[in-house]
Amino acid sequence: MKGEAHQVHDTHNSAGTCANCPNNGPPQPEYETRSRRRFLNYLLGTGVGTTAIAIFYPILKFIMPPHVIEAAQNSVSAGKIADLALNSGKIFKFGNKPGILIRTEKGELKAFSAVCTHLDCIVQYQPEKKQIWCACHNGQYNLSGQNVGGPPPRPLEEYVVNTRGEEIVVSKT
Amino acid sequence: MKTETLTLWLDDRLGIKSIAALAQKKEVPLHRHSIWYYFGGMTLFLFSVQVGTGILLLLYYRPSAETAFESVQFIVTEVQFGWLIRSVHSWSANLMIAALFIHMFSVYFMRSYRKPREVTWLSGVLLLLLAVGFGFSGYLLPWNKLAFFATKVGTEIAGVIPLVGKPILRFLRGGDDVTGATLTRFFGFHVAVLPAITTAIVGIHLILVQMHGMSVPPSLEGKNLKKMKFVPSFLLRDLIGWVLAIGALAALAAIFPWELGEKADAFAPAPAGIRPEWYFLFMFQTLKLIPAKVLAFDGEVLGILAFAVGGLIWFILPFLDDPAKPRRRTLFTLIGVVVVLYIVALTIIGFIS
Repeated sequence: MKGEAHQVHDTHNSAGTCANCPNNGPPQPEYETRSRRRFLNYLLGTGVGTTAIAIFYPILKFIMPPHVIEAAQNSVSAGKIADLALNSGKIFKFGNKPGILIRTEKGELKAFSAVCTHLDCIVQYQPEKKQIWCACHNGQYNLSGQNVGGPPPRPLEEYVVNTRGEEIVVSKT
Repeated sequence: MKTETLTLWLDDRLGIKSIAALAQKKEVPLHRHSIWYYFGGMTLFLFSVQVGTGILLLLYYRPSAETAFESVQFIVTEVQFGWLIRSVHSWSANLMIAALFIHMFSVYFMRSYRKPREVTWLSGVLLLLLAVGFGFSGYLLPWNKLAFFATKVGTEIAGVIPLVGKPILRFLRGGDDVTGATLTRFFGFHVAVLPAITTAIVGIHLILVQMHGMSVPPSLEGKNLKKMKFVPSFLLRDLIGWVLAIGALAALAAIFPWELGEKADAFAPAPAGIRPEWYFLFMFQTLKLIPAKVLAFDGEVLGILAFAVGGLIWFILPFLDDPAKPRRRTLFTLIGVVVVLYIVALTIIGFIS
């Protein structure tokens, strides 16, 4: 601080140039150059900051994938009854998600979302145990879609099954 | 005479003598735990094998859902020595993770992370995360069934994290589901983003090792240990290990070629017996064993949060240990043993179940 205060009175250094003299004009009081410096620093700081935001905001937005709007599909044809044997199941496409269609031993038709509620794997029908099973973490569901064993936290979403002649039509409730 | 002139010419322009002096500075202490010093270098060597074979695979690989599986099939069936390059890439990845784990636990048990090497440890844990990221992103690239479901589960796990999970999941998948968009992203991570970050952090890690020299375990500290010059003596010993590693890789690739499996299908059930790579197996097995509900919480959320907290504690380890307190030393050794036993036990259970 002492040295700085000294500079106010004697602003000419050994080389004969002046640190506080704009364009070699008359010396300026130190408080003025200081507040000017603070102002310039502020401008520079906000300039750099806003430039950074202008660069990184679009980048951040770019790396997040856009939401694709899907055509709402409420019902889908899941195949023909004759193609599905008793006590068996198959995966069908419900829009861009997999569904599972099961024909029980008694010939009853059941349909659920095939996405395991645990960690997103695709489930399958186990005819020998008459249950729906996920191979990833050994999750088990009964024929009502209820989670009955393993880690799944929720039941599978159930769909409504109707038949139109031979055709099986699955729709969301 | 001519080489001297050349050396002088280069030294004037590149300062090679100071680099040589720096290399001469490094010494390796010789004691009964010196064997563990080989594993850092081994990890780095296997990483360089990954870079080399990875670049070769890039000549034929085509990163899209329609072409990825077929291009890898083409590499292993049509391209000359394609089977070798691809298998070496897969095997070397696994051996690299193994070498990295051995290196990390040897550093842990020898307490090499203590002052002034805390930042070396931090950079090392970051490199572990990057290596796992390489493994996870690379696993999807052949676009087979196993990879498809491993990626579904892995990204879904990230999605379970409260608040930030969903955006992370969408960022990783490039959408709401694992699709061709995910493959393109993972390819970008695997061959551009991760290599760039890894190169920078490996650089920092090596500079720090050079700066601080080799750490000696606390029990041997202050003793008058024999030392060996790193260049050329220890480096030549390292080299023997690397030659053995090349032999092991070639043998593994020839005897146990890496399977390609079946092409991924977004509308097929997960195949029975599905399991992730062995280094994820202990976490996978834990998730399998946790019940669906623990009190009012989802079991999987608790499990994943527990691993996240454990990882964080592992990261800041140097700041928790205090070598001056002998009791804490014993506790840390005990914790290390429990962690190793847990990982080994659950990995074995994961394999046999």
